[in-house]
Amino acid sequence: MANHTVTFPVTDPNEILKLQAGDEVTVQGHIIGIRDRTQIRIFDQGVEPPMDLKGAFLLHTAPGVRKVAEHKYEKVCIGTTTSARMVRFTEPLGRQYGVRAICGKGGFPDEAIEPMHELGMVYFAIVGGAAALETTQIEEIEDVQWEELMPECLWKFRVKDFGPLTVGIDAHGNSLYRDVQTRARAKLEELYARL
Amino acid sequence: MSTVTGTDLQHAVEDVAAHLYVWALKDIPQDLRDALAAARLRETSIPGKRVLETIHRNVNIADRDNNLVCQDTGIAVYTCRVGEHFPLHPTRIYEGLRDGTARATVEHPLRSNAVHTITRENTGPNIGYRLPIVHWEFIPDWDGLDVKCIPKGSGSENMSFLKMCIPADGVKGIKQFVLESIVGAGGKPCPPGIVGVGIGGTADYAMYLAKEAITRPVGTRNSDPLVAQLEDELYGLLNETGIGPMGLGGDVTVLQCHIEHADTHMTLNPVAVNYQCWAARRASAHIAADGSVDFDREF
Repeated sequence: MANHTVTFPVTDPNEILKLQAGDEVTVQGHIIGIRDRTQIRIFDQGVEPPMDLKGAFLLHTAPGVRKVAEHKYEKVCIGTTTSARMVRFTEPLGRQYGVRAICGKGGFPDEAIEPMHELGMVYFAIVGGAAALETTQIEEIEDVQWEELMPECLWKFRVKDFGPLTVGIDAHGNSLYRDVQTRARAKLEELYARL
Repeated sequence: MSTVTGTDLQHAVEDVAAHLYVWALKDIPQDLRDALAAARLRETSIPGKRVLETIHRNVNIADRDNNLVCQDTGIAVYTCRVGEHFPLHPTRIYEGLRDGTARATVEHPLRSNAVHTITRENTGPNIGYRLPIVHWEFIPDWDGLDVKCIPKGSGSENMSFLKMCIPADGVKGIKQFVLESIVGAGGKPCPPGIVGVGIGGTADYAMYLAKEAITRPVGTRNSDPLVAQLEDELYGLLNETGIGPMGLGGDVTVLQCHIEHADTHMTLNPVAVNYQCWAARRASAHIAADGSVDFDREF
């Protein structure tokens, strides 16, 4: 289980391919905040996102913010939401827009494994609820689009030492979540027998 | 002779709600801090240790920066114990709780999560139709009011489960359903948290009891020894599943299992699970009949 630092957006596919499930990662650069309604608008309503997602790191978030000017927000408390609700967008995000990393909490179901393998993407697990820490790692909210979806807008954050993240699903077909579930299901059989 | 008016008391309730909501979001209780510290010592998996270490850092940073522990300001849930002789009717207590929730949301500001359940449009400062949610208990021969605020995060609330077991399923059926629910939930509800279980009553009441169970201080035990024994057993079994912190695998899957129960119909055996995330936020206050407030009284 190695430690890595990756700067986003990435241009070199090897930056993603070098990561293995279980590795610890710290992220630098720019990340994009996205959530349920943002992705429903892109894929179910067919609206092109007004931000470049190529090589991007997407964070499942709906930040707590304070408005300071037109189109300008300051962070109040920024954390991460449950990813599983948004798993169906994984393949089109990678194929149509070139997204390379999706970060959230709680993991993606197994249906994300194959598209991530095929398209060279990773899922990063963040610690859900650890928003006070996460907020300190977001230096600035640089852009916001689709403000009418507040707080489920498209957000662009500049980050410093964002993490620690754990590679939950890598680009080689491995998933910590699948492994944990397989072991837990076997254990349940043993526990039921003892009841 | 007291000169406190109903208006004064309603304002006191509003002030208490506004304070409790923000306090709960920023400053997690000591019993929870202790449980998280014990988990951090006990965990042996590498990703699990990483998660618990990060949680520890996060709680300290929330203290240092006077920030929220978690960005999810939740759905505001209150439990109220109203004394028979408390001189403000519950309708006005409810108004005070609602107004205090809204005021805290606007003044801090806090993220507003409340939406119409069909249109999904935001309904305002964490209030709306039937929001906030209040659990009521009425206490005979008493003139006080206890208020507890539980901002309930959605990640854990989404991991709520109900099964109408049959009597022949017995206690074994209850245990299996709780185990299956928590394994199925995996990392989604932000483990390790408090598993609230409600057993008995009716379908709706079992879930109500499960919610009551998650509001108790971590590790307290049901006063019925049979139920307390079930809490101990389930706590042990759940931590054998290996789900681990944030579902990444490990020794600590839950901080505790709390159970509340009610007697039930001879043909019923309902079991409800309501999960509370590791950031199990709660804050309490006592309001006396004269309007004075004690913020350090847990109930």
